[in-house]
Amino acid sequence: MTALPQYNFAYLDEQTKRMIRRAILKAIAIPGYQVPFSSREMPMPYGWGTGGVQVTASIIGPDDVLKVIDQGADDTTNAVSIRAFFAKVAQVQTTTHTAEASIIQTRHRIPEKPLTEGQVLVYQVPIPEPLRFLEPRETETRKMHALEEYGLMHVKLYEDIARHGRIATTYAYPVKVEGRYVMDPSPTPKFDNPKMHMSPALQLFGAGREHRIYAVPPYTEVVSLDFEDHPFEIQHFAEPCALCGATEVYLDEVILDDRGGHMFVCSDTDNCEERRQAGHVGSLGTGREAAE
Amino acid sequence: MEGVIDGAFADPVMQSQSVFRALMDALANPGTMRKLPVPRAIGTSMIPELVSTLLTLSDHDTSIWLDEVLRSEPANVQFASFHTGAPMVAEPGRAAFAFVHSAEAMPPLDQFNPGTQDYPDRSTTIVLAVPSLSGGPALSLRGPGMKDEVHISPSGLPGDFVGQWEINRALFPRGVDLLLVADGHVMGLPRTTRIAEGQ
Repeated sequence: MTALPQYNFAYLDEQTKRMIRRAILKAIAIPGYQVPFSSREMPMPYGWGTGGVQVTASIIGPDDVLKVIDQGADDTTNAVSIRAFFAKVAQVQTTTHTAEASIIQTRHRIPEKPLTEGQVLVYQVPIPEPLRFLEPRETETRKMHALEEYGLMHVKLYEDIARHGRIATTYAYPVKVEGRYVMDPSPTPKFDNPKMHMSPALQLFGAGREHRIYAVPPYTEVVSLDFEDHPFEIQHFAEPCALCGATEVYLDEVILDDRGGHMFVCSDTDNCEERRQAGHVGSLGTGREAAE
Repeated sequence: MEGVIDGAFADPVMQSQSVFRALMDALANPGTMRKLPVPRAIGTSMIPELVSTLLTLSDHDTSIWLDEVLRSEPANVQFASFHTGAPMVAEPGRAAFAFVHSAEAMPPLDQFNPGTQDYPDRSTTIVLAVPSLSGGPALSLRGPGMKDEVHISPSGLPGDFVGQWEINRALFPRGVDLLLVADGHVMGLPRTTRIAEGQ
């Protein structure tokens, strides 16, 4: 019996990996600058994380341990299928535990557990250009980045204040990297922005449809844009997680019935599970013994 | 008989992945030494560390430049062309990757391509072989990728390296990036790194 033909390790062909690897090295050397790359068709639609998948496929090796999260959760469709994809095409070990992972691919959240040196966080990015909704022409936004002309972004934040009395942007909140490039942190809630600042982990961003890769090296300044009289602040939640009682974490609202019943639970499922394992119980949670 | 065909990676997929991770970690953490897997490098006078980065990064999409001494040996040109298919250029300013076997063969940094203000990524990455990544004059580094000041002492850097680097650094976001290789290890100096002499 002859062996069935297989895909190359980690799905992508070697020439594509080299091209993406070169883009990643330039992205690290120019923090916050969007490096164009020749994005490939992947066995999943655009919008499902093709950029992140291509970055992960180009860096991953057989010794890596991969975690994939979608809005903080390890068990949603996008996360489960990407994890299964790499388990199949790269035969890597996967995990749901943040601390065990060497590569974490994420869609729109940064894990609550602080990342460590040597870890790589790969973001799936839909629209990498922070100025795109203010200026649709690529030629113009490129010139604005080249000339460090970011006045328009401040006007946008100011208009928020004029209209709502505060900066109303809550996700994809623009940041300035190492005092130079204004960067879109991908649609993470602004709650996660402070975690990007001086993070010990390497952060790589892949936008498949838009053909861009960018990076924030470890220990790099990432400052959320704001005004002296309207400083940047993160969301605060009135109640703790209903399952594990955590405060100071990002919570999702879950509708319970059609009479307005709702609960707030941790967006980061791994963090929530670990807390419940450790015996923390929220208002609607059940103790560890009761659950068993 | 072993020839140029045996000189590349025995397992190109896995070895170029580990080489790339070493290069990525080196540039993301300037001043740290990363272990660089090397091929047998048969059929060329380039040291295995230069061959390792050449094979991992270049292909028909990247123009490469070999220093005068390396380029004067037809075997090196044949080796690079056979294994990578990369177009070879005669001027360092047109190269995506430059491979230099010693500081004496290194042109001044401003001879390489710093990219443009619109596309600073279209710049040269220089891979320079040095005698050793330690034992030379003390340098201290600061910048992205470093929590605190990092101290390094590579030997065999070009004369007035710190002065040349200062000019390169001032061009940001334009500028060249440097990879130093020796003894199976690589050290990265991206254009963001500020270098000062002494401890």
